[in-house]
Amino acid sequence: MGEVLLARWQFGITSVYHFLFVPLTLGLSVLVAVMETLYVRTGNEKYKEMTKFWGHLFLINFAMGVVTGIVQEFHFGMNWSEYSRFMGDIFGAPLALEALTAFFLESTFLGLWVFGWDKLPGKLHAACIWIVAFASNLSAFWILVANSFMQSPVGYTLHNGRAEMTSFLALITNKYVMFQFPHTVLSGLVTAGIFIMAVSAYYLLRHSQAELFRSSFRIGVSCALIAVLLSTLSGHLQTQFIIKAQPMKIAAAEALWNTADPAPFAVAAVIDEKHQQNTAELEIPGLLSLLAHDSLHGKVMGIKDLESEYTAKYGPGNYVPPVTPVFWSFRLMVLAGMWMVVLCALSAYLLARKKLEQHRWILKAALYSLPVPYIANSCGWFMAEAGRQPWIVFGLQKVSQAASPNVSALNIWTSLTGFTLIYGILAVVAVYLMKKHVQTVAAGPGPVPAKPAKEATLWS
Amino acid sequence: MELNVLWFILVAVLFTGFFFLEGFDYGVGILLPFLGKNDLERRMIINSIGPVWDGNEVWMITAGGALFAAFPHVYATLFSGFYMALFLILMALILRGVAMEFRSKDTGPGWRRSWDWTLFAGSLIPALLWGVAVTNLIQGVPIDAGKHYTGGFFDLLSPYTLSGGLTFLFVFIFHGALFLTLKVEGELIERARSAALKAGVLAAIFCLSMVGLTYTNTRLFDSALGGSALLGAVVTFVLSYLLTWKQKFGWGFAFSGFTILLTTAAFFAGLFPNLMVSSLNPAWNLTVYNASSTPYTLKIMTMAALTLVPVVLIYQGWTYWIFRKRVSAKQLEY
Repeated sequence: MGEVLLARWQFGITSVYHFLFVPLTLGLSVLVAVMETLYVRTGNEKYKEMTKFWGHLFLINFAMGVVTGIVQEFHFGMNWSEYSRFMGDIFGAPLALEALTAFFLESTFLGLWVFGWDKLPGKLHAACIWIVAFASNLSAFWILVANSFMQSPVGYTLHNGRAEMTSFLALITNKYVMFQFPHTVLSGLVTAGIFIMAVSAYYLLRHSQAELFRSSFRIGVSCALIAVLLSTLSGHLQTQFIIKAQPMKIAAAEALWNTADPAPFAVAAVIDEKHQQNTAELEIPGLLSLLAHDSLHGKVMGIKDLESEYTAKYGPGNYVPPVTPVFWSFRLMVLAGMWMVVLCALSAYLLARKKLEQHRWILKAALYSLPVPYIANSCGWFMAEAGRQPWIVFGLQKVSQAASPNVSALNIWTSLTGFTLIYGILAVVAVYLMKKHVQTVAAGPGPVPAKPAKEATLWS
Repeated sequence: MELNVLWFILVAVLFTGFFFLEGFDYGVGILLPFLGKNDLERRMIINSIGPVWDGNEVWMITAGGALFAAFPHVYATLFSGFYMALFLILMALILRGVAMEFRSKDTGPGWRRSWDWTLFAGSLIPALLWGVAVTNLIQGVPIDAGKHYTGGFFDLLSPYTLSGGLTFLFVFIFHGALFLTLKVEGELIERARSAALKAGVLAAIFCLSMVGLTYTNTRLFDSALGGSALLGAVVTFVLSYLLTWKQKFGWGFAFSGFTILLTTAAFFAGLFPNLMVSSLNPAWNLTVYNASSTPYTLKIMTMAALTLVPVVLIYQGWTYWIFRKRVSAKQLEY
C-alpha cells in the first residue's frame, strides 16, 4: 500500500473511532445536566441517583472521546503536512479556537463536577455540567467550521501557493456549517436518547429499579423522539443544500450516472462503477426530484455530466467518488434514522398510555437498537468524507497532494498498527466497564452500589 | 509589536504553561507506583491531580493548535518530522488519560496495579520526549529548502538531546514530588520530600550536562536573555532544592516552577526569531516570518487569544482554589 492510502486508512480509522464516542458526549452531557437540574429544582433524591448513574457512564465515554481526540489534533501535521501548509492559514484557526474556547472549559469544569459534589453548592455544581455540555457542543461547532471549509471553501483567496483567509466571518457563517452543525448536535441528542432508552430497557426488562429507569426512559425517549424528527428534517435540508454545493456527492450517494428530469430515487441498486452504470435498480420515479426540489419535476445532475464539467474546470483527472460505499452508507443512515423514528414514536405512545412495560417486545427492541444511532453517525460521516473524494479541500487540493512527503510507509504502518491495536483494546475495556456498571447496579440493592470500602470508589 | 513576534511569545507562553502544569502531573504519575504503599495512598496521590490534570493537558493541545494557526509550517514540519516521537507521545497520552479514568472503575488489585504502571509509563514517555524535542529544536535538525525534515527518529537522539530529555524528566519528577508535599497528608509528605531530594540530585547532574552541551552545541548563549534565563533556572533550581531540604515546600514548589518557566523561556529566547533551526543551512530555518500565517489570520487569532487566555487563567486558577486543601484520606469519595 502506498503512503497516501495508508495515511487515509489511518485517518479513517482514528476519525470513525473518535466519532463513536463524541455524539454520546454531545448529547449525554446535556441530558445529565437536565437530570441534575431536576434534582436541584425538586430536591428529589431519585434525580441525584439518576445523575450519578448516567454520569458514571458519561465519564467512561468522555474519557474515550478525549484521548482519541488528542490524535485528531496532531495527525494533520503528522500525515498531512502538505495539507497543513496549504490550509494552515485557515484551518488552524478553528482548531486553536476549539482548544481555547471549548477544551479548557470542558476539561476544567468536568474536573470540578466530578470532584466537586461536596465542595460546591448544588446550583453551582449543576452549572458545571451545563458548562461541560455547552463546551462540548461548542467544540463540535469549531471542528465543523473547519470541516465545512474542506467541503465548501469560503472566505479565502489563493495567494503565495496556499489558501489564505480573507474573511473569518465568512468562515464561521459558511452555509455548509449552518446545515452540518444542527444535524450533528441533533444526532448527538438522538444517540444519547437511544442510549438511555436501551440501558433503561435492560433494567425494565429485569424489573430492576423500575422507578428510576422508567423516569430515565421517559427522559431518553422524549429527547430521542424530538431530536430524531428534527434530525431527519435537518438532514433533508442539508441534502438539498449539498445538491447545490457538492452535486457530485449527492449524485454518488444516489448512484445517478445520468442527469435526469424528473429524477427517480433508487431504493437499491447493483452498481457497476467500471462501466458507470447500474446493472439493476429498484426505483421510485420522480422521488429524487421531489426530495431535491420539493417538486415532481426538476433536474438532478448525474455523475457523468458532473465529471465532464469538473474535467473542463479542474483539468483531466478522476473526479468520481467511490460510488458503491457512498450509495450504501447513505441508505444505511436513512434506514437507521427511519428505524429510530418508528422506535421512538411507538415507545413514546406506549409510555404515554402507561403500557410500555407490558409490552416486552418494545423494550427488547429498544435494547437491541443501541447500535443503530452509531451506525447512522458513522455512515453519515463516511458519506460526507468519502463523497468529497478525490478532494481533501473541495476544488482546491486533492488528497493525493496533501500527504507528508517525508513520512515513510513504514512509519505510517507503525502508527496505524499501534493506534488500531490500542483503540481495539480500549474499546473492549470501555464496553466491559460500562457493562459492569450496568450489571452491578442491576444486581445491587440501590442504583449506586454499596461501597465495599471508602478507598475503593472514587466516582461512586 | 509585530504580530509574528507576539505569536512567538504566545506560543512560548502556552508551552511554558504546559510544562509548568503538566510537569507536576507527569511527576506525580511517575512517582505513583513508588510512593503509594497501598491503594488508599495511591488513590490520594492520583486525587491530588485528579480534578486538574485534564485541564492542564489542554495547554498542550492549545499549544499545538496555536502552532497550526499561527505557524502552520512549523506545525507541518515538526509533527511530520518528529513522527515517531510524536506517535510515542500520543500513545502514552492515550493510555495515561484512560488510566486516570478507568483505574477506579474496577476493584481488583491486578486491574489497579496495571493502570498504575500505565500511568507511570504514560507520564514518563512524554516527559522524556518533550525534553528531547525541545533540545532538538534549538540544536537544529536536518530541514531542507522545502521545509521538510529529512532525518529519522534516531537522528533525534544524541548525548545533548538525551541529556535534555533526562533533565526534563527529573525536573518534572522533582516538581511533581514537591506538588505532592503540598497536596497529600501524613507519612506521604515525608516520602514525597525524600523522592524530591533524590530526583533533584539526578536532575542536577543531567541539568549541568545539558547546560554545558547547550553552550557547546547551540547558539542559545548568543542571546543575552536566553543565556541569563538558563543560568537563572540553575539558580532557582538550587534554591528550590535548599528550600525543600529545609521543608519549606510552598517556596520549594514555587522555585521549581520558576526553574521550568525560566528554562522554557531560555530555549525560546535562544531560538528567536527561529522556531526550528536547520542543521543543513541557516537560510532554511523556520522563522516567525517564513513559517507564519497571514497578518489577517494572526490578527483574528490575536484578538481571540488576548481575550480568552486571561479568562482561562481565571477559571483554572479558581479550580485550584476550590481544590486548595490537601487530599485527605478521610474524604476520598470523589
